[in-house]
Amino acid sequence: MLRDITIGQYFPGDSVIHRLDPRFKIVITILYIVMLFSGGNYLCLAVGAVFTIGAILLSKIPLKMFVKSVKPLFIFLLITAFINLFFMSRGNVLLHWKFIKITDEGVNTSVFMVVRIVLLIMGSSLLTYTTSPITLTDAIERLLSPLRKIKFPVHELAMMMSIALRFIPTLIEETDKIMSAQKARGAEIDTGSFTTRAKNLISILVPLFISAFRRADELATAMECRCYHGGEGRTRLRQLKSAPRDYIALGVTVLFLAGVIVLGRLF
Amino acid sequence: MDNIIEIKGLHFSYETDDEEKKPVEVLKGIDLDIKQGEFVAVLGHNGCGKSTLAKHLNAILLPTEGTVTVDGIDTKDGERLFDLRQCAGMVFQNPDNQIVSSIVEEDVAFALENLGVPYEEMRRRVDDSLKAVGMYEYRLHSPSQLSGGQKQRVAIAGIIAMEPKCIILDEPTAMLDPQGRKEVLATIHRMNREKGITIVLITHYMDEAADCDRVVVMDKGEVVRDDVPEKVFSQVDKLKAIGLDVPQVTELAWELRKAGCDISPEIITEEECAAAIERLFAG
Amino acid sequence: MAILETQELTYTYSPGTPFEKTAVDHVSLKIDEGEMVGVMGHTGSGKSTLIQHFNGLLRPTSGKVLLDGKDIWADKDKIRDVRFKVGLVFQYPEYQIFEETVYKDIAFGPRNMGLDEAEIKRRVHETANDIGLSEELLERSPFELSGGQKRRVAIAGVMAMEPRVLILDEPTAGLDPAGRDKILEHIKRYHQRTKNTILIVSHSMEDIASFADKILVMSKAKLFCYDETVKVFARADEISQIGLDVPQITRVFGELKRRGLDFGKEVYTVEYARDLLLRKLKEREVR
Repeated sequence: MLRDITIGQYFPGDSVIHRLDPRFKIVITILYIVMLFSGGNYLCLAVGAVFTIGAILLSKIPLKMFVKSVKPLFIFLLITAFINLFFMSRGNVLLHWKFIKITDEGVNTSVFMVVRIVLLIMGSSLLTYTTSPITLTDAIERLLSPLRKIKFPVHELAMMMSIALRFIPTLIEETDKIMSAQKARGAEIDTGSFTTRAKNLISILVPLFISAFRRADELATAMECRCYHGGEGRTRLRQLKSAPRDYIALGVTVLFLAGVIVLGRLF
Repeated sequence: MDNIIEIKGLHFSYETDDEEKKPVEVLKGIDLDIKQGEFVAVLGHNGCGKSTLAKHLNAILLPTEGTVTVDGIDTKDGERLFDLRQCAGMVFQNPDNQIVSSIVEEDVAFALENLGVPYEEMRRRVDDSLKAVGMYEYRLHSPSQLSGGQKQRVAIAGIIAMEPKCIILDEPTAMLDPQGRKEVLATIHRMNREKGITIVLITHYMDEAADCDRVVVMDKGEVVRDDVPEKVFSQVDKLKAIGLDVPQVTELAWELRKAGCDISPEIITEEECAAAIERLFAG
Repeated sequence: MAILETQELTYTYSPGTPFEKTAVDHVSLKIDEGEMVGVMGHTGSGKSTLIQHFNGLLRPTSGKVLLDGKDIWADKDKIRDVRFKVGLVFQYPEYQIFEETVYKDIAFGPRNMGLDEAEIKRRVHETANDIGLSEELLERSPFELSGGQKRRVAIAGVMAMEPRVLILDEPTAGLDPAGRDKILEHIKRYHQRTKNTILIVSHSMEDIASFADKILVMSKAKLFCYDETVKVFARADEISQIGLDVPQITRVFGELKRRGLDFGKEVYTVEYARDLLLRKLKEREVR
């Protein structure tokens, strides 16, 4: 059932990580990515891994969820590994067969790259696992708010995002209903040849679009009735307040980043 | 008591895409005053113009001719648009298409956020409104987890939070099951009773109109009846002629009267009906 | 002869997860050919889940659904044929309309059945007539029509498959009295012409009382009762207890009984109530 899909992969909880100010979490995630890419050796990577695992443990989300987050990108990892393995020509040759040449440095780089990407995915999953999409949108809006000065439509984008989040479950449910209704009229959606399926897809998409437009229209009127007039002079019910723990978390991250940079230089 | 809504000679027509056709006239001269604190039902079949009338009450539509005044504000006065919309809140038919946020309490706060209400006051008003409609314990839920009746109550809370003098509800129960209908109607009646909010309920359900102070019947863009429910419903044949129903009890009394029984035509509740039949058999 | 039958039908949503919920719980019933059945129950009583089993949109977790005495899931590949024999019209069916003309939209189902053009034409015209859509509407865009007309186009789309059982989930939801009467009247007319079995889900007891030979009541995933209309309304008190309404007129006669005026009959339509009262009044005068 389509309805079972959860969007944003958010796991509600009450851990330290969950409670961090989402604005700090976004900044920390960016610093974390910088950390992973600024260290060029295994020692740096180990420091990054310690940081990742520490954060995951603090979040109290089962480790297997993070393994799951890597799975969809498995093919991508494989390709990365192969490219590095076969196209790195520097270093001592370990194997040479016809046009294939594998060097020790090639092996080294591919392992390094794969570990780095896995850490990257796990770390950024932690952000979406512990922050609800709506909070995330809100935090992005506030972080980007200085851009309003150069006429960048920060509020409008955030409003669009949050409305999209609001209507995803509604539209999924609607798709489900329309699919059942067309199936009851004999439309083959899961079976049948490619062309009939493509044709039958139209019988779902047309009603879905019409309904989405109708909803958008009604919602716009309802928003107007509740005095919506853009971001100007708006106050917010959701208050983002930073606590000491946010600064501590940021401090720890900066320390780790500094450590990685120093280690990268030394070795 | 003062009039909160004053409608004078309201005409509304819109142009069609087809240039040769004449503009379609939806409202053909409506005069209507509604007093502060009244509970008024506007009754009519689909396409009689009742929704168009509702949309004039908070300036979603503006009159082609005539004036609409709400709490002394002319709806054409663009300067006072937000005052007007705060004063006359609007609840629509489809509960899904008027909820903006994915969290109940943030949706209730939406209008207040737009109006720039300071946080402390906003918090208080949101909590009070949610309690008033009995949805406080659901404040952190997502609207998609709620039933239709609950969603509609959240929408009402979102309007109550603006502290309006008047709420206009455009067929708020048409898409709900009987349970949801009961919840929503009970909520509206309570708002009217306890907070003294004027209610304009647009509907085609006769039983909903039977509980109101006053029923305004519309047909083809005109007000054809405007009276207390007993008087309006007693004219069963006239209502049926314009595609409306009457409660079964009213219909029974009317049928019996037609067959020569001595029974009042102004019956709208089950108790009244049972008592009247009892009298028939006692006499 | 039973056309539709369920044996211990059970359906569980998301089994094995924390969201597990049994929506239909060991329901066994037989629906005879040619009956007009009213289906009632709360939102969440399992009635919608139940009707989606009748045309194989849902597959029972356990138990069986029989059509003409044959298990519809005996051959999984033939399930599409079951959907042609048991037509299901969903709630707000106008939201499934997608073709550019009314004709094409009504023809969608018959075309999926693989019928030839002449037969499709015959069926479209016949059902359009049944449901009260005039010929000139057929070439119009369905999106230009009124709400009630759109609803009838969508219903015709299922009727045109000429299903032996037609199931309608709240066909009058959201319509005004005139629109509601029109739809019910045309469904009744279709029933009289085709003699097909019809199931109508409705929240309005007044409506159900006006058309149903039999009533099926679901409550809390179980079959509460399935019986003749008179017998079901005779249990008005029990029905009120499970949170469903009985027609207003039935409640009035319940109240009269409490006041000591017992007419000894179940009353659920205004016409019947009028005739009964007038007869009783006359009898009284004679005495």
